[in-house]
Amino acid sequence: MTLLPLIFDGVLGFTLLWLAWQLLGSLALFRAIVLFIAFGLLMALIWVRLDAPDVALAEAAIGAGLTGALLLAALARVEPPGDETANLHPEKDGQGDIVSVTEGGGLPFRRWLVALHLVLACGLGYAVLSLPSAAPGLSEAVANNLALSGVSNPVTAVLLNFRAYDTLLEMGVLLLALLAVWSLGRTPDAPAPAAGGVLALLARLLTPLLLLVAGYLLWVGGRAPGGAFQAGSLLGAAGVLLVLAGWRLGRRFAQLPLRITLVVGLALFMAVGLSVMLAGGRFLAYPPASAGGLILLIEAAATLSIGMILAALFLGSRPGSRGGQ
Amino acid sequence: MTSPLLFALVGIGLFTLGLYAVIVHPHLLRKILAVNVMGSGVFLLLVALAKRSNSVDPVPHAMVITGIVVAISATALAVTLMLRVKDETGRAKLPETPPE
Repeated sequence: MTLLPLIFDGVLGFTLLWLAWQLLGSLALFRAIVLFIAFGLLMALIWVRLDAPDVALAEAAIGAGLTGALLLAALARVEPPGDETANLHPEKDGQGDIVSVTEGGGLPFRRWLVALHLVLACGLGYAVLSLPSAAPGLSEAVANNLALSGVSNPVTAVLLNFRAYDTLLEMGVLLLALLAVWSLGRTPDAPAPAAGGVLALLARLLTPLLLLVAGYLLWVGGRAPGGAFQAGSLLGAAGVLLVLAGWRLGRRFAQLPLRITLVVGLALFMAVGLSVMLAGGRFLAYPPASAGGLILLIEAAATLSIGMILAALFLGSRPGSRGGQ
Repeated sequence: MTSPLLFALVGIGLFTLGLYAVIVHPHLLRKILAVNVMGSGVFLLLVALAKRSNSVDPVPHAMVITGIVVAISATALAVTLMLRVKDETGRAKLPETPPE
């Protein structure tokens, strides 16, 4: 009765580890990245098994989708197609075996390394196994205060109310990453490939659908799995699809309007936090009566910013800076 | 042995595999992949430990969602750095022997 779920989880866990082993040991980078996308999808399944549907949504959109697209685009620039053998080491086939793929370091060094990692894994495993088997953590504190948070989905309550600082700083991290990418990205924007018929059609069909689902996730996030991050990553995915299909932001929008969209999430978050403070409360401590509306407002702006930032991160170079598409 | 505990151990396995791959692979794109696998291992450990008792703790869930978004921005930055290295040196690998 209770054994079947455990077996299922065992198979899932084993497959995940096997995929990780394969992708880290694969000789061809392309294969490694495709395996990484499969790895992300499997992770999403495991999140569902662990009762974390919010995380599953984020993982499916970001971990499997956007990261895979980002890495594949990077691979195309690092090793142009047709250069597939360049990363094959002369040693041998050795597919799936991490040890044989590597070069340098010498065998004794690698043996030491494997031994050290086994010790590390055993130590961490021992630490996990010696933890108390039941620990409610902060779930009671969250449940007791959920009524005051303005939303009924506990994860959204934690993200946007109880620990809003984390989310605020995270928006800052996203912007900082984009700034760094724009400053370092000397590589000119890869010439937009002529979008094939299928890709162009797909982009046209999927973009409105992605926008619709993003809006739905944003709206429903207050009481069911969903929220700003999931909706934002879907917007980002729509942006990536449009970029892949050869679409670029018009020159008129690539300067100020784009920048305003990028920072509106962080700016509105700060503004709400500060105005709550001016009204007599503490920074980001919303009054319970208006918390629901404020959270939705912040989430809407954050969704827009996260989506634009993710799409801009994928594009890499500053839009309109070089050859102004 | 329960399912959360099992996934916590799988998370440790992923972390260790990723750490090993980060150290031994000279190719930068492989290092980026390996760091992502390490991160997934940490996320899995956090969420698995949140499910030990019947009431699921939502705080680690929120932390992991934040972590996933930070991970992709870090990955994008790492990719940009890698492309820059490729521009400067002509290859996206670390040298065999460190420069004098």
